[in-house]
Amino acid sequence: MSILDKHKILETNATLLLIFSFLVVTIGGLVQIAPLFYLENTIEKVEGMRPYTPLEMAGREVYIREGCYVCHSQMIRPMRDEVERYGHYSLAAESMYDRPFQWGSKRTGPDLARVGGRYSDEWHADHLRDPQAVVPESVMPKYGFLEEKMIDGKYIGDIMATNALLGTPYTDEMIDAAQADFRAQADPDSDYDGLLERYGEDINVRNFDGNPGISEADALIAYLQMLGTLVDFSTFTPDASR
Amino acid sequence: MSKKSQKFEGDPNTTGHEWDGIEEFDNPMPRWWLWTFYATIIWGVLYTIAYPAWPLVNSATAGILGWSTRGDVAAEIAAVEEANAPINAKLEAAELTAIAEDPELGSYAVSAGSAVFKTWCAQCHGSGAAGAKGYPNLLDDDWLWGGSMEDIHATVTHGIRNEDSDEARYSEMPAFGRDELLEKEEISQVVNYVMSLSGEAQDASKVEAGAVVFADNCSSCHAEDGTGDRSQGAPNLADAIWLYGGDYETLTETVSNSRYGVMPAWNTRLTEAEIRAVSSYVHQLGGGE
Repeated sequence: MSILDKHKILETNATLLLIFSFLVVTIGGLVQIAPLFYLENTIEKVEGMRPYTPLEMAGREVYIREGCYVCHSQMIRPMRDEVERYGHYSLAAESMYDRPFQWGSKRTGPDLARVGGRYSDEWHADHLRDPQAVVPESVMPKYGFLEEKMIDGKYIGDIMATNALLGTPYTDEMIDAAQADFRAQADPDSDYDGLLERYGEDINVRNFDGNPGISEADALIAYLQMLGTLVDFSTFTPDASR
Repeated sequence: MSKKSQKFEGDPNTTGHEWDGIEEFDNPMPRWWLWTFYATIIWGVLYTIAYPAWPLVNSATAGILGWSTRGDVAAEIAAVEEANAPINAKLEAAELTAIAEDPELGSYAVSAGSAVFKTWCAQCHGSGAAGAKGYPNLLDDDWLWGGSMEDIHATVTHGIRNEDSDEARYSEMPAFGRDELLEKEEISQVVNYVMSLSGEAQDASKVEAGAVVFADNCSSCHAEDGTGDRSQGAPNLADAIWLYGGDYETLTETVSNSRYGVMPAWNTRLTEAEIRAVSSYVHQLGGGE
């Protein structure tokens, strides 16, 4: 009796067939997914990655809420045309504090993985208000309402605590100071030493949308102006084995 | 209950499977299909030996060909850079004003500059370089900081009013209204005077008084005749070309709260050859001096 004949036992028993199908799919999943958790080169060690500041985190929430990822990717693929247009290809480490990541899957608009510092805050404010005013051929909708919606960062500490639970290295101090840091980053006249101490010297502290108060546009522009600027590529040597 | 076999004379053998009287012929797979199938298995094995494939304990097999996506893109970029290296070196060594005179170098600079422009400059200055409100038009001969090759090159290299470069061009118009340097009436007068320079004063009775306000407050940057001063990036106010708009409301807003644009320093992102290429491109758009 060959093994093929024994297959009849599975074919004639629906429950057994289900159990064995599940086993087969599990093996496929384990082979594809499990190695990523222990292979050393899955996430490279890079200099400069830090968790988002409270204001950037709020901007990220706006980015997700407005569905920016539907038209904009944040993933520069390792191809010459992409590298020449957008900059160094994206590294896994650059998404390690993204929950969920914003790689996107389609580019109606350009990739935003390294948009940080590429345009002025004024440009972003103008562009969110009326994209066609600066890029006539753009099909992006207007997001002028963002600068009218004022936010106070009341819940940003909770969002950070949730991210900390998932593994983002937010300290208790960062979470306690979340709302203060949130306000400080949008106000260059404030005392923002604590913010820089907690998150690093390179944090952008500006009135991002140019209007008084902290609006969703402030948060979103703060987030955009940071994108792709964290990793210090002068200290990075790509490991070709990936 | 087994029924009688439906098999006819000359039919192939059956597999022996039988479901409710339905039997299955044991036809062999077509040979071409079978050999193709075996070939794909062999191909699959060879492929995983040649290319990165199997996860091991701490890493994955690299493949005997040593191929990687990253290596591939690095090699491709290096090849293009190497191919352009001689002409880029020539571009970097040339006198700025001599670039356009050398036909080969000039056409290379303009094509390369066009690509740089579309990647890095078009978002503000427009894909056709016609600018937008607050973002200068680069097609005309009205320049804020100068339109010679040297001026354009310096502007692109260091940018305007940024924190990236110590040599960035810098100037700042006072907010005459917000900082209470001028009365509301004086602002109205000077706006009318400025509009009169291009023959469009809204209220002619205010022009004369406006001229006095202008001479006292504005002429040090915008020049006595309002034609501006490129060394300070002060726009020419007499040519009816406006960056933010030349109507009464817009000019009142400009004088009251002041306006100025910023531009990044591109020497942190572009190579000297790319900066020279894009400068050449902008210079030949129409307004180059």
